[in-house]
Amino acid sequence: MKRRRLLQTAAGLGALVVLRPVAAAPAPAPSPVLDVLVQGFANNQPVGTGRVKLGISPLIENGNAAPLTVTVDSPMTAADHVKRIAIFNEKNPERDVAIFTLGPRAGRASVSTRMRLATSQRLVAVAELSDGSFWQDRADVIVTLAACIEE
Amino acid sequence: MARTLVTVPKSAKRGDVIEIKTLIAHPMETGFRTGDGGSVLPRNIIRRFTCRYGDEVVFAAQLFPAVSANPLLSFFTVATDSGTLTCTWEGDNGFAQTESVALTVT
Repeated sequence: MKRRRLLQTAAGLGALVVLRPVAAAPAPAPSPVLDVLVQGFANNQPVGTGRVKLGISPLIENGNAAPLTVTVDSPMTAADHVKRIAIFNEKNPERDVAIFTLGPRAGRASVSTRMRLATSQRLVAVAELSDGSFWQDRADVIVTLAACIEE
Repeated sequence: MARTLVTVPKSAKRGDVIEIKTLIAHPMETGFRTGDGGSVLPRNIIRRFTCRYGDEVVFAAQLFPAVSANPLLSFFTVATDSGTLTCTWEGDNGFAQTESVALTVT
């Protein structure tokens, strides 16, 4: 009887451990700073989520040079292409990171660069398409060595 | 003259999407750091990058202090004709540099 109780408890604990991360996963906290920047870039047009992919490692060891890639799902034809891509940050001294201008000659809407990160924060990439629509993607990063601390 | 590196495939087929990687040696001083004696180091960054394929601009970028030192930019273009890719970097204190590479399209 004792053994059965023990097994039941163990199974229950196991389920708790398995379920906990799902239950505890917080909804992404709102980011009013980024919302304002995105709205400013999009001239208050509605901004959809998707089509844009902001690729950056979630854990940045060196905030002085964090590689990032922005890719937009677009055929890049004269009729349907990406016009601009902007990247903004939340907690660096300046909000802008870079604004890229593309066109149908790009062939593929993918740009890579390296950026500085002053602290752990959230980033956003916004793309303006030739049909006038705007799309965004956000990414949270944890920075272990912040930029701008060594002289 | 800052050292630059522009990497393109040696040759490409017409219509191929090719990757162009550019790198330039530049401190990208943010204007937020303090130097010896506590004075703020003045901002010195590259503000603008343009890549022309022949005469047409295929890619341009506006950069801010959040871009790392020795800025790397990697992007794509469609190989249309044999020609020259001209990359131009412009920045603070009248910084301007141009680098050209030849591209052979078969």
